[in-house]
Amino acid sequence: MQESKIGLDYAKVAHAREIARNIANQVQSFVDGYTTVAVERTVCRLLGIDGIDGNEVPLPNVVVDALKSSGQLGQGIAFYLGNAVVETGLTPQAVAEAVSRGELDITQLPLHKAGEIEAALQPYVAATIERIRGRRQRREHYIETIGEGSKPYLYIIVATGNIYEDVVQAQAGARQGADIIAVIRTTGQSLLDYVPYGATTEGFGGTFATQENFRIMRKALDEVGEEVGRYIRLCNYCSGLCMPEIAAMGALEGLDVMLNDALYGILFRDINMQRTLIDQYFSRIINGFAGVIINTGEDNYLTTADAYEEAHTVLASDFINEQLALQAGLPEEQQGLGHAFEMDPMLENGFLYELAQAQMLREIFPNAPLKYMPPTKFMTGNIFRGHIQDALFNIIGQWTHQGLQLLGMPTEAIHTPFMSDRYLSIENAKYIFNNMKDIGEEVEFKEGGIIRRRAKEVLDNATALLEQMENEGLFSALEKGIFANVKRPKNGGKGLDGVTRKGVNYFNPFVELMKGKK
Amino acid sequence: MSEGLYSMEAKDYDKTLDLTQIKPYGDTMNDGKTQLSFTLPVPAGDEAVEAAKQLMKKMGFENPLVVYSKELTAGFTFFNCYGSCSHTVDYTTIHVPKVESDTMDMHECDEYIREHIGRKIVVVGASTGTDAHTVGIDAIMNMKGYAGHYGLERYDMIEAYNLGSQVPNEEFIAKGIELKADALIVSQTVTQKDIHIKNLTELVEMLEAEGLRDKIILICGGPRISHELAKELGYDAGFGMNTYADDEASYIAQEMVRRGLK
Repeated sequence: MQESKIGLDYAKVAHAREIARNIANQVQSFVDGYTTVAVERTVCRLLGIDGIDGNEVPLPNVVVDALKSSGQLGQGIAFYLGNAVVETGLTPQAVAEAVSRGELDITQLPLHKAGEIEAALQPYVAATIERIRGRRQRREHYIETIGEGSKPYLYIIVATGNIYEDVVQAQAGARQGADIIAVIRTTGQSLLDYVPYGATTEGFGGTFATQENFRIMRKALDEVGEEVGRYIRLCNYCSGLCMPEIAAMGALEGLDVMLNDALYGILFRDINMQRTLIDQYFSRIINGFAGVIINTGEDNYLTTADAYEEAHTVLASDFINEQLALQAGLPEEQQGLGHAFEMDPMLENGFLYELAQAQMLREIFPNAPLKYMPPTKFMTGNIFRGHIQDALFNIIGQWTHQGLQLLGMPTEAIHTPFMSDRYLSIENAKYIFNNMKDIGEEVEFKEGGIIRRRAKEVLDNATALLEQMENEGLFSALEKGIFANVKRPKNGGKGLDGVTRKGVNYFNPFVELMKGKK
Repeated sequence: MSEGLYSMEAKDYDKTLDLTQIKPYGDTMNDGKTQLSFTLPVPAGDEAVEAAKQLMKKMGFENPLVVYSKELTAGFTFFNCYGSCSHTVDYTTIHVPKVESDTMDMHECDEYIREHIGRKIVVVGASTGTDAHTVGIDAIMNMKGYAGHYGLERYDMIEAYNLGSQVPNEEFIAKGIELKADALIVSQTVTQKDIHIKNLTELVEMLEAEGLRDKIILICGGPRISHELAKELGYDAGFGMNTYADDEASYIAQEMVRRGLK
């Protein structure tokens, strides 16, 4: 039995986990019967289709839209693409180009046998699997040879809108001590039903996620990583309407961390819940196979709901996200489950409650590289107090061994970080991480004290919430506004028209291969 | 570096407060002491420090003092500085346009609406355009409110509808018409490249085109919004940092009474 510093009852934890598994199973039994335009575009990308047409529409969209308008989306793109390869002898890319020129309707070709179709795609499938595996090995090799930062990894964001400017900021951040660079996406990209193409220099509040931008930043981080003698991880956002496509692009280009959470998109971007849960499943399979750490978005609940009162919703959601990830073959070691330091700084003993919750999550998810988010809601423009709030947050990060520490900035709520803001934040964290290095091993918490009581209370409330959700199912719970006080209808939101039931010929050549791993 | 610590320099300036010529206060009236930090795109060194001092002189600081400098990354040096500001402003002639209403708390506000309007007022809020941030509109609208100020949803006499984020202006107006809104509240958090200005202006133009502008109280809010800016863009009022739901509710109620909207 695991030793708990806060007196957790592990039988209760096991019970909560069991309920979450049941909830996830209900979701999965729905997901298994459906596919989406995003999933099919992802299959296109993984089969090597890339590029845009004369109107800058990505070829995966051209091909999948053609399939959808002929009413055959449910049969899956692999079936028709494979059939076209057999029939024409062209590569998938050449087939896509022919479709885009209006020369070919892949649903009108004579149909070949399933075995032939799968065999025709086999070389393209194998090439992609090899490429992603190579990416993963490349990362592992870097970590073995030049090493990596110690946990909590220092996670910073860059958000200039211009990928080349982002490179300057990212390399400066790495030299100052950052371990993970996240390139924030431009406002609104999550709602685009396609992935823009090429290097981009214009964005609002962030930079477009494109495969070329991924490539440019990966190269820049490898350069600076070799210079500073530390592998620098690259993070992007695999959420929104193109969730699995971005996972595929990240896997192909060697990204290391991806925000990847359907619940976040449902609640905060009003993306249809059916669409994004189906998309999430395939995206997590890809992330799992590529060795990418996913981050879940529970921290966001607390920007809307109260961090003290709603702490149990974070834990409940972490339990569900853990099970949904395991179902996609994504191991615990890649589950950056989310939470945040968001209580009102004026709350008496707030630090104790935050500490209790962080330690509780650490013990409940011992192998997960937990993603800990800094204060944002109560950052006021008083940069001096803000710097202290961030310091308290850093103390807990070190104390409770968080995996990914998203650095708080004193200028949060004022502007996207200046180079000097980032420097001050990294200095703050490094000072605390070093000065308090082993405090977690030295301190246990008083029996019957505030911290133990808080941890117990949150676990009990989370369990009660999970029990309620098990009875009504995740979809209905979301309709009732259980998370973040936000209500979302099952048939509302964006992207539902891209969902369809799988047909008799449906197959996705990557699912089993990637779930089977190496 | 320690000359500022135990300064023996003569304080041969007038130490009485003159509101027609105010300047920053450190620890002595009219000392002008100011603290600032910035980064210059040059490597660290004596030349960098000298550059920072010269720049401060150009900014109008006497006795510029660089108390800390650090090269952040090759070719960029960060400075913490102090100096005495040589400029003054005339405080007595300053006029800032302000929202003209008295802020009441939630109960007073409900009571005021009951008494003077006699029905629930309908408020529709959204973070519009591409802005994905709900933090501002939630702070104003959600039941819970923010920093101890209850949100509009909690008011007995207000029917509050929070449409969330990334709401197109067309949709926002349509919803306002459908719900017979008395007031529309727009939240704008993202202000890079002045995207908020464009979006806020578009909303006013669309309301004018629909002939609705005068029939509705139009408010915008956000960390970079001031009342002055709001007025300039054609809004009735603007609410910036450190304003809460009660400020907006009080304004809406009183403005409706002022305009005779019932």
